[in-house]
Amino acid sequence: MTILETGTIAAGSLLTVASLTVEEVAAILAATDRLERMAAAERARILEGRRIALLFYESSTRTRTSFELAAKSLGAMTTLVSDKSSSIEKGESLKDTGLTLRALGAECIVLRHANSGAPYLLAKMTGLPVLNAGDGMHEHPSQALLDLRTMLVRLPGMGGRLVNAKTLEGVTVVITGDILHSRVARSNAMLLPRLGARVVLCGPKELLPEDASGLGAGVEIERDFDKALKQAGSRGKAVVMMLRIQRERLAGLELDLGEYISRYQLDEERLMARAPEALVMHPGPMIRGLEIAGEVADGPNSAIEDQVRHGLGVRMALLVRALGAGGFESVTV
Amino acid sequence: MSDLLILNGRLVDPAGGVDGERDLLLRHGRVAAVEMPGVLRAAKAKETIDAKGMIVAPGLVDVHVHLREPGQTYKESIRTGTAAAAAGGFTSVVAMPNTVPVNDSVEKLEWMLDAARGACVKLFAMPAATFGSNGEEITDYHELQRAGAVGFTDDGKPVLLDRVMRAALVAAAGIEVPVSQHAEDTRLTGGCSMNAGPVAFRLGLRGMTVEAESKIVERDIRLLKDIERQDGLRPHLHVQHVSTAKAMSLIRAAKAEGLHVTCEVAPHHFTLTDEAIGDYDTNAKMNPPLRNDADRLAMIAGLMDGTVACIATDHAPHALFEKEQEFERAPNGITGLETALGLALRVLHKGNGMPISRVIELMSAQPAGIVSLEGRGTLKVDSFADVVVFDPAAEWSFEAAKSLSKSRNTPFDGAPMLGRVAATICEGRVVFRGA
Repeated sequence: MTILETGTIAAGSLLTVASLTVEEVAAILAATDRLERMAAAERARILEGRRIALLFYESSTRTRTSFELAAKSLGAMTTLVSDKSSSIEKGESLKDTGLTLRALGAECIVLRHANSGAPYLLAKMTGLPVLNAGDGMHEHPSQALLDLRTMLVRLPGMGGRLVNAKTLEGVTVVITGDILHSRVARSNAMLLPRLGARVVLCGPKELLPEDASGLGAGVEIERDFDKALKQAGSRGKAVVMMLRIQRERLAGLELDLGEYISRYQLDEERLMARAPEALVMHPGPMIRGLEIAGEVADGPNSAIEDQVRHGLGVRMALLVRALGAGGFESVTV
Repeated sequence: MSDLLILNGRLVDPAGGVDGERDLLLRHGRVAAVEMPGVLRAAKAKETIDAKGMIVAPGLVDVHVHLREPGQTYKESIRTGTAAAAAGGFTSVVAMPNTVPVNDSVEKLEWMLDAARGACVKLFAMPAATFGSNGEEITDYHELQRAGAVGFTDDGKPVLLDRVMRAALVAAAGIEVPVSQHAEDTRLTGGCSMNAGPVAFRLGLRGMTVEAESKIVERDIRLLKDIERQDGLRPHLHVQHVSTAKAMSLIRAAKAEGLHVTCEVAPHHFTLTDEAIGDYDTNAKMNPPLRNDADRLAMIAGLMDGTVACIATDHAPHALFEKEQEFERAPNGITGLETALGLALRVLHKGNGMPISRVIELMSAQPAGIVSLEGRGTLKVDSFADVVVFDPAAEWSFEAAKSLSKSRNTPFDGAPMLGRVAATICEGRVVFRGA
C-alpha cells in the first residue's frame, strides 16, 4: 500500500477539467477507445479486486449508474454510500466519512456533492484519488469529457482525429439555459475552448451573469438564442447543448416560464430555421416541453443517448487512470 | 509595578508629536518620563530594554476581536486570545459580543471583564447593540457603559431595521460612544460564501455583492443626518471592516459633509483578493469576504487619504475541524492579531510608502480615539505604560503553528511579514518578549 499524504491531492484525481492538459485529455479518450474495444473478460481483469467507493450526497441516475457499471465491468468492487442511508444523516462530516471509507480499504472515491469544492476537501483529507462526479454549481468533469467524446464521434469529419488544441476548430458549441447553476456548463466551457471550440453561452441575465465570460478565452455570451443558433449554424459545425432549469438551486429566484420557453426552448421549428445541421445535446435530466421539445430530444439531430453511452467508456478510463492501471501506471507515482 | 527603562530606541508617538531618539521610563504602570538620549542614564530601573535599532511606539489597539469566551473556548479564550494580541504588539483589545451567550447585559459584561478571565493585555468590550443581537430591542446602554462598555455592536450581524438602528444611534449619542456596524444587508447575502464576481462564478459559489455592504452604509449615513437634524444629537457611526470601494466612497463623502463617521479596515482586505480562495481554502473565508483588486486598492487609498480611521483585525478564531469542512459550510473568519503589524508594514509602509508613524497612528492613537480610551494610544508622560517595541526592518514569515492563539485559521501561514515585535508592555508589565 502506498503511503497516503494527507493535505495533497493524489495523482489520478479529477476534480476540475482545468487541471487536465490537452495531452491528458487525449490519453483519457484513447484509453476510452481501448477499453471499449477490449473483450469483456479481459477488461474485467484490469481492476480486479480493487475497491472503489461511490459517495453520493445528491441524487443521480446517469452518473452514479455509469460509474458503477464502469467500475464493475473493470472487475472492481464497488460500494455505494449515500447521504440518506448512512451516518452522514447522523451528522458525520465529509472528512470522517472519507477516512472511514479509506479505513475500509477504498482506493478511490467517486464523489457527488451539493457543495462546490467538496471534492477538494475529500481529496486533501483522505489522500485518495477522488473523481468529481458533480460538485454543487462548480464542475462535472467526466460529463465534459463524455460530451467531448460524443462530439468527436457524432460531428462529421471528426472520426479518428487526434485530440489536440485544434481538434474542435470551426466548431461552435451553444450552451443554453441555466448556466448559473450548471456544473456541466462550467466544465464544458473550460474544456472545449482548449481544443479549439468556440463556446457561446446563452440565457437570460438571471441565469447567465456577465461574470460567466470570465471562465476563459473562447467563451462568449449571446442572450438571443435565435441569433446564437444562426451564427453557430452558419459558421461551420454547430453543437447546441440544452440545460435544465435547476429548480432546487434557484434560491428564491422567480422566472416567467412561459417567456423562458418562448425565448429559449429548443423546438423543431427553431432548430430547423436556425441551425438544421446542429448536433443536439443535453446532459440530463431533461424536462421535455420546458428547455427542449420532445421531438427534438428524440429527433435525428439528438445525441442525448450517445452522451449517456459514452459516459460508461469515459468513466472506465477515469477509474483506470485514478487507480494507475491499464496504461495509466505512470500517472500515479 | 516595577520600573522599566527603554533605551536607545526611535520613539514614534504620533499623538504626542514625537518621532526621534528618546529614552522612556515607565513607573507604576504609567509613562514617567520621555527624554532625549542620555538624560535617563542615571535613572534606576529594575529592568532595562535596549531598543537600539527598534521602534518604540504606543501599544497597539484593536477595536475588533473575537475572543470566544464565554461559550466557545475550544476556539479561543480570553487568556489565549490576549496572549496572541500581546505577541502581535497589541496592549488593548475590544471584544465583540457574539459569544455564547451574547454579551448583552451588565452581568455578562462584568464577567467578561473580570480579572479572573486572565487577560494579559487590557481588555475592553462592546456589548450587543440589541438583546441577543437579534436586531429588535436595544440593550441598556447607560448601565452597560457604567460597567465598562466602550461602544455597541451586533457584529457578525447588522442592525437591519431602520427603527432599531436609529434608536441605537440615538442612545449611543447620548453617552458619546459609537455604534459599530457590521454593514451587510443579509437579505441580499443568503447562501453566499464569498465575493460576487468572476472568481465566485468559476468556483460555483454564490457571491455577496458590493451593494449588500454599501446599502447598509448608505442607510446608516442617512440615519445620522436625520438624527442630527431632527434630534440635535451627534451620533457616532463606526463602520466595521469596510471591504468595498463603494462603501469607502460613501464614508469619504459622509466625512466631508461633517458627519461623525469612522471606519476600520482589516489587514486581509488590503492584502488579499478573492483569488486567494484558490481551491476552496476555507482559511480565506471571512465576512465581509475578500474582494477584487480594485476594492483592495480602494482600501489602501482610504488608509492613505485618512478616510479610514484605523486598522482592526477582526481576529476570528475557529477550530480546525470547523474549517475542515465544505467551503460553504465552514464558518467565516480568520485569526489576525499576530499578523496585523507585519502586514501593515509590508503592504502599507513598504508597498505603498505610508510613513511608519502613520501606520502606528492607524493602529494605536486613532483606534484608541474611536472608543475613547483615555491615556492609551500615546506615550505622553502620565499616560498608561502601554508600549510596543519592534524591529521595523525585520523580514520574517509567519508560522501559524507557532501562534499563541488556540486556532490556526489564517491565510497567512508562511506569508512574508515586515517588522517584528521584540517586546510588548501593558501597564508597565512585559506581556510578550520576542525571540
